[in-house]
Amino acid sequence: MLNVNNLRKSFGTLVAVSDVSFSLDGGQILGLLGPNGAGKTTTVSMIAGLLTPDRGEVLIAGHRLAGDTDPAKRRIGLVPQDLALYDELSARDNLRFFGALYTLTGRALDEAIARALTLVGLADRARDAVKTFSGGMKRRLNLAAGLLHDPDILLLDEPTVGVDPQSRNAIFENLETLKAQGKALLYTTHYMEEVERLADRIVIVDHGAVVADDTLAGLQSRVATVGGGAETLESVFLTLTGRSLRD
Amino acid sequence: MALVPLVAMVRKDLQLFFSDRRAVIMSFLVPIAIASFFGSIFSGPSRNAEPARIAVAIVDQDDSAISRGIVAGAQTDRNLRLTRPGEAEARDAVRRGRTVVAVVIPKGFGEAAGNAFFSNGEKPPLGILYDPSHAMELAMVRGVMTEHVMQAVSREMFGGDQGRAMIERTLPDVQRSTMPADQKRLLLEMLGSVQKFYSRTPAAGGAPAARGITMPYTVREEAMTAGSNVAYNGYAHSFAGMGIQFLLFAMANLGVEMLLERQRGLWKRLRSAPVSRVTLLGAKFASGTLISLMTLWVSFAFAMIVFRVRIEGSVVGFVGISLGVAAMAASFGLLVAAVGNTPASARGVTSFAILIMVMLGGAWVPAFVFPAWLQQVTLIVPVRWAVDGFDAMTWRGIGLAGAVMPIAVLVGFAAAFMAIAAARFRWEEA
Repeated sequence: MLNVNNLRKSFGTLVAVSDVSFSLDGGQILGLLGPNGAGKTTTVSMIAGLLTPDRGEVLIAGHRLAGDTDPAKRRIGLVPQDLALYDELSARDNLRFFGALYTLTGRALDEAIARALTLVGLADRARDAVKTFSGGMKRRLNLAAGLLHDPDILLLDEPTVGVDPQSRNAIFENLETLKAQGKALLYTTHYMEEVERLADRIVIVDHGAVVADDTLAGLQSRVATVGGGAETLESVFLTLTGRSLRD
Repeated sequence: MALVPLVAMVRKDLQLFFSDRRAVIMSFLVPIAIASFFGSIFSGPSRNAEPARIAVAIVDQDDSAISRGIVAGAQTDRNLRLTRPGEAEARDAVRRGRTVVAVVIPKGFGEAAGNAFFSNGEKPPLGILYDPSHAMELAMVRGVMTEHVMQAVSREMFGGDQGRAMIERTLPDVQRSTMPADQKRLLLEMLGSVQKFYSRTPAAGGAPAARGITMPYTVREEAMTAGSNVAYNGYAHSFAGMGIQFLLFAMANLGVEMLLERQRGLWKRLRSAPVSRVTLLGAKFASGTLISLMTLWVSFAFAMIVFRVRIEGSVVGFVGISLGVAAMAASFGLLVAAVGNTPASARGVTSFAILIMVMLGGAWVPAFVFPAWLQQVTLIVPVRWAVDGFDAMTWRGIGLAGAVMPIAVLVGFAAAFMAIAAARFRWEEA
């Protein structure tokens, strides 16, 4: 569904991503891990079409993403790290707007909004202004806005930052539902336990390059073979990326 | 350009605008309030039967027939509001700003002025104490007092006791003088004729026979407005100026909101959707233009209903200028979004830029009060064209031809702002 080949992106003299490649199939969740500044968000931005790679390509079902209005962008849904919502508008008006960006109108838009709000458990708050929502509700609405147009690929950039365990669990259940529907989910986070629970495969990037691409079990076995005694994903992560601070 | 996303973005911007009570108040109520205030000040004398009188104090230390004549003339002058304090009190009043000008007629002024009127005698000084912050009023008072002094002096010298006495004093002096005979003869004939004139008119106490030297003309004033029956309405200018000022602020705020949208990650959503850059900027431009038009037309509608402002020129021209102004302001907002780094820095810089533009553009005070060179320089300010254009279409009553140039210039500014905004806009979202 998604193929990322040899992506490179620099900002002036800073090379944010030097060489990132991986693939993602439908019905799969891929956890994208990396320390601060490793290049995760830049990679997600290139996949979403927000940044133009200096080199490499992003293939959506074999189609190379090209240009702002490439129809292939309809197959991608982005859930940014920020709560990218209009606080003054109601949940429904937010979704109505974001749906219209994908030319959804009329009954199709109404149905998509109802479906998305039901999935994230906000149907009864549809008419309320977002500014009255809790942090967890906003996070769930942020997710709903990303999947409103029924994308095949969902890019989730730290979608659970700052939410309580109940909302986090609800989001996990939403993601598992989407996975069961055959969606391909790229999930970036700093929370190792989230990836342990959700991800079918894990890609670890550091200094702009992929340092590991495997299943959880594969990573654990690989690190255990090299260093011995690695049991948790966090141990594996620290072994692969080092313990120095990345401020 | 995809229509559905464009319409959705415009609708969303309008929803956001009307959900922000502060923005609505700033865009509609505040300009109406300030324009009403400015309009009431600058409406012009034709709207009032009674002109604003200048506060003038006259201190008469001479108490002569001439000085009393000056005071009497000034008291009847419709341009002056006269008081009669002592000199110390007059000085204090001017210093404190309660009186604009104080005129001090010193002791011996009438005698000396009369002598200087017919001969080369030394001219007596008329003291004028003035508030330096009222230079325009000083010039006006100087002119008004010149008229009253000339009238009082000439009246006394041609018909008063002082004039008679001076002729009687002067005739023997001329007889004794060593001037050439022909000149002496002519001068004696003239003074003799004046003396005969005096002998046929009553002296002081009788009915005044001479009016003295008066202005040898009257003025027929005609305000060049839309028509002879159309009075100048200062509200037309003030509502244009304030309307433009506040819609520029509203549009600058739209630009700042775009920077805030970027900070909040909303532009990531917008850019990840299959929407072109032209649609994104075009939608912002369209919503900004709509909001600007609403701001302008609500202000003008209020002015038309409450203050009887009328489109005396071309309605089509008025609409065209409104569209030009709205487009210019909306593109200015996009420029703010394109060149601004952060919302806070953009707010500071744009507030300064807008205030300079509206000040130079004549939105606060008419551009004709500027020095000549500055009046030329302000032609590079779009607000100047906007204000002049609205003035032309409202109280000046100039037809569609008068709107063509302002519209062209405003559209040109809009195009330039858009081009710079599109070139400088940060499209990549990291």
